[in-house]
Amino acid sequence: MSSEKSLPKAYYQYLHELQAVDFVLVELSLYLDTHRDDTQALAQLQQFQKRKHNLVAQFEASFGPLYQYGESQTDAKHWAWADAPWPWQV
Amino acid sequence: MWIYEKKLQYPVRVGKCDPRLARLLIEQYGGADGELSAALRYLNQRYSIPDRVIGLLTDIGTEEFAHLEMIATMVYKLTKDASPEQMKAAGLADHYVNHDRALYYHDAAGVPWTSAYIQAKGDPIADLYEDIAAEEKARATYQWIIDNTDDPDIMDALKFLREREIVHALRFREAVELLKEHREQKKVF
Repeated sequence: MSSEKSLPKAYYQYLHELQAVDFVLVELSLYLDTHRDDTQALAQLQQFQKRKHNLVAQFEASFGPLYQYGESQTDAKHWAWADAPWPWQV
Repeated sequence: MWIYEKKLQYPVRVGKCDPRLARLLIEQYGGADGELSAALRYLNQRYSIPDRVIGLLTDIGTEEFAHLEMIATMVYKLTKDASPEQMKAAGLADHYVNHDRALYYHDAAGVPWTSAYIQAKGDPIADLYEDIAAEEKARATYQWIIDNTDDPDIMDALKFLREREIVHALRFREAVELLKEHREQKKVF
């Protein structure tokens, strides 16, 4: 069974913003798969990549790693990746 | 290689315990036109399809796993606090005696998932038409589930998933046109 903790409001705010930016990135990726040379779409993707990069850094500093296998910054004392909550618990 | 992101693609809010709705949602977990079928269908077709559309199959196939996780989250949250009596009243006694509240890849009627649900013909046009049909069927299924609930939180997440099926179908239609253009170009020497 899970340990469902109550999370601060900021967790949901950051997460929601990240999900919104990721939606744009997913949508543009699929579009570019069939429109490889659309420079406007490419520029938009690059713009949102920067936003994602900043958001991920802010989220991870407060709430722990978002990506596995060493893709996220690691703390020297504690392996936070394996900590709850998992996405279905929040 | 895949990298897991420790978040859902879209927020899934569930305000109440509702195992009846969970039973219906299982259709999109382990049903013929569900998210597991979709992910495995597209990722498996990549190896024999022309290079021009491998990126699309990879990206849509990967997104389907994010959708599978959203459905799992809904089912988990709708059933986690259900008593055996509530599971029984929702028609989930058969599920409960085998799996307790664990998720399992079967459809709303309890039929286990089978690879017979997905096709791989090796003919690019045939495979992409199969993919378009799969997306349209999944879109319809989401509509039938939406028609069966009045929970605004669940409806919000299901409407997101329904819209994604529409976008995927559109992209697959474009992929068909790209391959047709490519085929016609090759005939000109």
